[in-house]
Amino acid sequence: MSSEQEQESIRCLVAKVGLDGHDRGAHVIARAFRDAGFEVIYSGLHKAPEEIVQAAVQEDVDVLGISILSGAHDTLIPKIMDGLEEYGAKEDTLVLAGGVIPEEDREELMAEGVAAVFGPGTSIEETIEFVRENAPQR
Amino acid sequence: MSADEELLEDLLAGKHRALARVISKIENRSPGYRDLVSELYAHTGDADVIGVTGSPGAGKSTLVDKLAETYRDRGETVGVIAIDPSSPFTGGAVLGDRIRMASTVGDMDVFVRSMSARGTLGGLSTATADAVKAMDAFGKDKIIIETVGAGQNEIDIVRTADTVAVLVPPGSGDEIQTLKAGILEIADVFVVNKADRDGADRTVQELRDMIQLDEGGGMAGGSGHHSQEVIDAHDDWDPEDDIDEADAETWSTPIVETVATRGEGVDDLLEAFADHRQYLVDSGEHAEQVRGRYAEEIRTLLREDVNAVLEDRLAAAGGVEDLAEAVRQGETDPYSIADDVLAPVETCLDDLEIDNG
Repeated sequence: MSSEQEQESIRCLVAKVGLDGHDRGAHVIARAFRDAGFEVIYSGLHKAPEEIVQAAVQEDVDVLGISILSGAHDTLIPKIMDGLEEYGAKEDTLVLAGGVIPEEDREELMAEGVAAVFGPGTSIEETIEFVRENAPQR
Repeated sequence: MSADEELLEDLLAGKHRALARVISKIENRSPGYRDLVSELYAHTGDADVIGVTGSPGAGKSTLVDKLAETYRDRGETVGVIAIDPSSPFTGGAVLGDRIRMASTVGDMDVFVRSMSARGTLGGLSTATADAVKAMDAFGKDKIIIETVGAGQNEIDIVRTADTVAVLVPPGSGDEIQTLKAGILEIADVFVVNKADRDGADRTVQELRDMIQLDEGGGMAGGSGHHSQEVIDAHDDWDPEDDIDEADAETWSTPIVETVATRGEGVDDLLEAFADHRQYLVDSGEHAEQVRGRYAEEIRTLLREDVNAVLEDRLAAAGGVEDLAEAVRQGETDPYSIADDVLAPVETCLDDLEIDNG
């Protein structure tokens, strides 16, 4: 029937990985995404890469935002990307990284499949705009 | 093979990604989701569906986590649908139940899915029922629906479950609260969670008094147990089972005390669920329950479909805004407009034939 009203909403997983207890940024992003009309699933602290993959796959999120301030991004993010690939979810999940990530590491992360890296000082509006424009069309 | 057929095949083959995608289609009401769901029906009916509800902070997510863990220890697969409210202003939501479900992470055989209340009243209970179908067809043994018990919408949701557990934390108010209609009436099992806290004994006592009052009155609406199914069911009973006959006839709502954070009382609770399941089957109420649920699904679908058709026609004719403006100007009123819009529909209805075969 043509008259079904579609009720699509952008689904995001905001994730904290590894030994990193700083979740203020993740909370701020989660709230901002909610206020932008997104559905946000927050992972909670100290998650293993496998847990993030499990949540991203089961929740079928459009966007996975990983917040890392511990400096372990170059080991943790590739593990997450591999996990997503295993479940066939890498292609159509928009993966973003945020937190303290040095300039010189960004290229490597982008090569892994991260769509964008948002460092300190990025405005919330910029992030939301990026998600709206780049969330995968399924 | 079309993309949807492929998706269905992958789901039936046990691919997690396919299950996740089917639930998204159900939630989004994407084109083709109806065909997908109607295909699912043939593969459903094997799962036990349990609803868990209670006030915010009662410990639902923590308890559900422990339930899932215990089922997994017993070798059963589990699906969880956790429902959280969405903002009425932006439609956005933070779905936080997943955080509490830490005991089973890394175990893909526990499939946790968060859903938010999108769109119109009643829509969520349809989406939840359809998501349950998807998990059932996928092959989950136990499906748990978790939602805040805060209104009619939530009550409709948990009624899609076979067995409903209502969490009552200690100190939930004095006994007058227990007389209130609504959430307490839909319980098949009461759970006094946080039973190590002060006031737990009193809460248990108040619930017990309430249950006794219900049963003693003999006015409870639980007649209709003596349907044909019961009589049929009696025909092939083993003599041994007859010992339980008295129990099978009526269901007395048990009260289970738990401390979810420590996993205490979880086994008792699972036993209560199993007892209730047995009662549903033995008494023939399960057939009645399932019939009632499908009737409700049909009604809801028809209501939504008719509504959608009318909305489309209204939009094509210039939208509801112009009509609303006409009412504001005092030219007409909502009742007259509704009559006008519906007049041709009613004419058509005279020609309507419903195939009951």
